[in-house]
Amino acid sequence: MNPTYQPNSWLAQQANRFAPALFFIGLVLLWELICRFGNVPNYILPSPSAIFMAFFDVEFSRWLTHLWATLRVALMGFVLSIVIAIPLSIGMMRSQLMNRVLYPALIVIQSTPVVAVAPLIIVLLGTDDPSRVLITCLITFFPLVVSTTTGMLETPPEMIELSQSLRAPRYRETWQIRIPYAIPHIFSGLRVSITLAIIGAVVAEFVAAEEGLGYFIQFSTSFFKIPQAFAGLIFLSIISLLLFKSIQWIQAWFFPWSLPKKK
Amino acid sequence: MDNQTPIDDNGKAAYVSMKNVGHKYDPRPETPMVVQDINLDIHRHEFVAVVGPSGCGKSTLLRMVAGLLIPSHGQVSVFNLPVTEPRDDVGIVFQKANLLPWLTVRKNVLFPLKHKYGRYSASDEKRANELLEMAGLTQFADKMPDELSGGMQQRVGIVRALLLNPDILLMDEPFSALDALTREQIGFDLLDIWKEHPKTVLFITHSISEAVLLSDRILVMSKRPGTVLDLIEVDLPRPRSSKTINSPRFAELTDKIRGYIYEPNVPA
Repeated sequence: MNPTYQPNSWLAQQANRFAPALFFIGLVLLWELICRFGNVPNYILPSPSAIFMAFFDVEFSRWLTHLWATLRVALMGFVLSIVIAIPLSIGMMRSQLMNRVLYPALIVIQSTPVVAVAPLIIVLLGTDDPSRVLITCLITFFPLVVSTTTGMLETPPEMIELSQSLRAPRYRETWQIRIPYAIPHIFSGLRVSITLAIIGAVVAEFVAAEEGLGYFIQFSTSFFKIPQAFAGLIFLSIISLLLFKSIQWIQAWFFPWSLPKKK
Repeated sequence: MDNQTPIDDNGKAAYVSMKNVGHKYDPRPETPMVVQDINLDIHRHEFVAVVGPSGCGKSTLLRMVAGLLIPSHGQVSVFNLPVTEPRDDVGIVFQKANLLPWLTVRKNVLFPLKHKYGRYSASDEKRANELLEMAGLTQFADKMPDELSGGMQQRVGIVRALLLNPDILLMDEPFSALDALTREQIGFDLLDIWKEHPKTVLFITHSISEAVLLSDRILVMSKRPGTVLDLIEVDLPRPRSSKTINSPRFAELTDKIRGYIYEPNVPA
């Protein structure tokens, strides 16, 4: 965007202000027109209006069931990965040995495509929530470990010297200095992880599930109910966006000092 | 070791003593020394400045007195005891104010107690308020550090170092991040604080005029490996003010030091 651009007429100002929304609306209209006048069949690319109507083809309570199933798995996996990642990062920061032993293992886990491992996890843990939560956790926890560790290591050295000059116990150095300093990093990790959590939940549902939006999309596609599949996809995007936003709200509410300064 | 009193209170007791101090970070023989052959006694309530070019090991010296770094050669003593670890009666003011951005000014001042003991009492809080008042910061006590100017932040840094009432105050280029005007003002403020709460001060700076303006004696260091070029007595009368800067003696002293910095091989 050109920062020096100053629209002068009222109309130009409004157009400038709503440019992102107008762009989006334009895109949807274009899509609708292509489908209508290009005679694209609904089972190849459904038009926006067909997708809209598909929302009503499925009972509201069914939608809620699918939404809740995906959200539940995503959140459980996300929370589990926080519970694992943060203590793990503290341990790796405090102990050179732990860092040397665990870091290669983490890299191996991260480099293995979770989609490929998912069926094996289902075999191991069964087709219920635990395996889906584990799959989600495997996808989400690496960015958290990296961001937390980076944040704690980037604590200003003078701050650590202050702690040493007071001969304070190490756990207070971690708890009162390093972890708060890592908060901005932890939150950027959380923002990455929360969107990955939805991906993890959907991957798990593709492999084994009887409910959830991932399952619903796969099921609809296999019956050529493509507009329904798109409707499910829209729900997925919406919860993903809302979760991402919630992380930002939590940071702004509880840790306002950790946000970049607005000038 | 916490309640060690000085050996002698006649005013000339060496509070801080460095004997043939040298340091290298790497013990292999071919690696160069950072500082070398430093001998210095700092007396009770004396204000000693250390000046020298960047990288001459000024900060290394301060960290040795603080007990954050044990010298590889020679010995640093505080109150006649070799320094083996940080002591409670030594306070440090860092180059950047080093405040915790998530704590209010008052809580930052109280942080050393919170950090060391996990708590502080109502009387500690009273002391923090008194110190803040002395530094003219009362109205900022409940503000966050980023709402304060750089000069204000460094005042908080000084107040924090005074909280545990240290006998010795170590200052590591405390005003180097400030603009020239703020810098001069906060220097005078420091002298006021020092008059009211006399401390033995070791003040690291790369500003020659700041060293002359503030201190009783100046240790001039060579470039790396840092050695003592001269130990200069600053015989300017106290209290010092902006008038001091205009006095001929001030110019003589700064010229003398400047001579060392620019022509390090010419003897005085």
